[in-house]
Amino acid sequence: MSQATTIHGERISLLRVLGPGHVWALGVGIVLVGEFMGWNFSVGKGGMIASLIACWVAGLLYTCVAMIDSEVTSTVAAAGGQYAQAKHIVGPLMAFNVGLFLVFAYTMLEAANAITLGYLVQTVGGMADIKGADGAALTLHDKPFIVLTIMFLAWLNYRGVFATLTFNLVITAIAFISILILFFAVVGPWAIVELKHAELMTGLPYGWIGVVAALHFGLWYYLGIEGTTQAAEEVRSPARALPLGTMLGMITLLIAATMTWYICAGLMPWEYLGQAVTPMFDAARLTDSVLLMVLLFIGTIFSTLASANGCINDASRAWFSMGRDRYLPQVFGAVHPRYRTPYRAILFLVPVALVFAYYAPLDQVITFSILSGLLGYTFMAFNVILFRRKWPLGSIRRGYVHPFHPLPALVLLVLCAATYFAVFLGYGTQLVAMMVFFVVASLWFAFHRYKYVRRGDQFTMNWPKPQGY
Amino acid sequence: MTSFEMLEYGAWGLSALFGLWMLFDLLRTDRSYSEELLTSSREGEIEDALVIDPTHQGGHR
Repeated sequence: MSQATTIHGERISLLRVLGPGHVWALGVGIVLVGEFMGWNFSVGKGGMIASLIACWVAGLLYTCVAMIDSEVTSTVAAAGGQYAQAKHIVGPLMAFNVGLFLVFAYTMLEAANAITLGYLVQTVGGMADIKGADGAALTLHDKPFIVLTIMFLAWLNYRGVFATLTFNLVITAIAFISILILFFAVVGPWAIVELKHAELMTGLPYGWIGVVAALHFGLWYYLGIEGTTQAAEEVRSPARALPLGTMLGMITLLIAATMTWYICAGLMPWEYLGQAVTPMFDAARLTDSVLLMVLLFIGTIFSTLASANGCINDASRAWFSMGRDRYLPQVFGAVHPRYRTPYRAILFLVPVALVFAYYAPLDQVITFSILSGLLGYTFMAFNVILFRRKWPLGSIRRGYVHPFHPLPALVLLVLCAATYFAVFLGYGTQLVAMMVFFVVASLWFAFHRYKYVRRGDQFTMNWPKPQGY
Repeated sequence: MTSFEMLEYGAWGLSALFGLWMLFDLLRTDRSYSEELLTSSREGEIEDALVIDPTHQGGHR
């Protein structure tokens, strides 16, 4: 597809070339890695049953997120996703904070994915038992592969969104199919290994407080599906593609999450599963099938690549949108005239991701990502209540109307509160540190940065005045 | 040098190439176009008609 044909007049905009399949690949691509690693730390927090409860409770939370997000974003179709929503519905300070939540959540997740990919390559190198010239075992490094992951995917994103998300579509589909194949290899009369749920289920080793604590990593099953909205300015038909891609993505993840839990819970004791780095790859190893091992290794590698790729796409769109509105220096609001991507935003975030991937421990990086995501979900609940109050149904065009309002928003708020408590149980210091950071950033924005914002230009939706104003 | 060490050096080399390519392209682009043009993007609008709007839930008619 030619990317050099649609520069109109004196303006350069992002390119509208994506369809619902790309939206699905963006959302599921970011999240699916959570089935290959990370979700199982919820087992360590509260046991197998607690992890399953967390899987379904988090599934409910994210179904609310997907429904709410689909409605709002089908009207606010702008890059930046929830940042643009907050700008139009709540106000500038909220928008600034939501923009930062997004950039942090995705950049941290990108770093976590790069760390995992480096670890996988290092592990496979270790399995090959490579010796040095003196016959001693060689020290294998993961850092070159961590850096290469970030640099290659940044380069891909730099060169165009269509190729980037088509690549994501292919590798995400392969990763999802690998979960399906493993599931059907261990379930049914043709199963090549016996699942031992009855023997491995241990109830709730830490009681119900363990179930609450498991919620923290239960989010990992779905974290990032809301990222589909970042493609709003690049899809051909936002009102159709965004709700369709997001809902299909959520259905895919609910199926994949439940399958993942079922496979692993039937093969590994909770004491091991709760601290495993790559549980799905371990499950494949337990089948003694080389074919499945290779397939799940490829699935794990592809899922980490797809997730990091989608995260670069989303973090850069959020950063770009804030630059375009002068919430950040305007230089970040530039679009590449040939590739039609936010190239400066993409490049600026590369060293940020590198620093976290190079120096920070994986669980800390994951926790910062989860916390940033959680702050964003809390915003969404308030946002949709305000949205319906200010612009009731029928007052503006909506591509999708979510049912049972305000029940999903209230459920989302309750589940967010429970998850904050769960995070506080394990990572209270990080929670407080992050809150302090956002307070300081808000003060900087309110007292320094906001004077540079062109206040009239930032509201771009052709909506009537909100009710009550 | 073992094959894994070669892979490690290859990864460093490719990373440097990707990074330098992006930096070079960024500098070339910034010099070739005016800043006004590069930052001329504006937020998008919904361009198509309604597709999903369940009227039984009170949506837009």
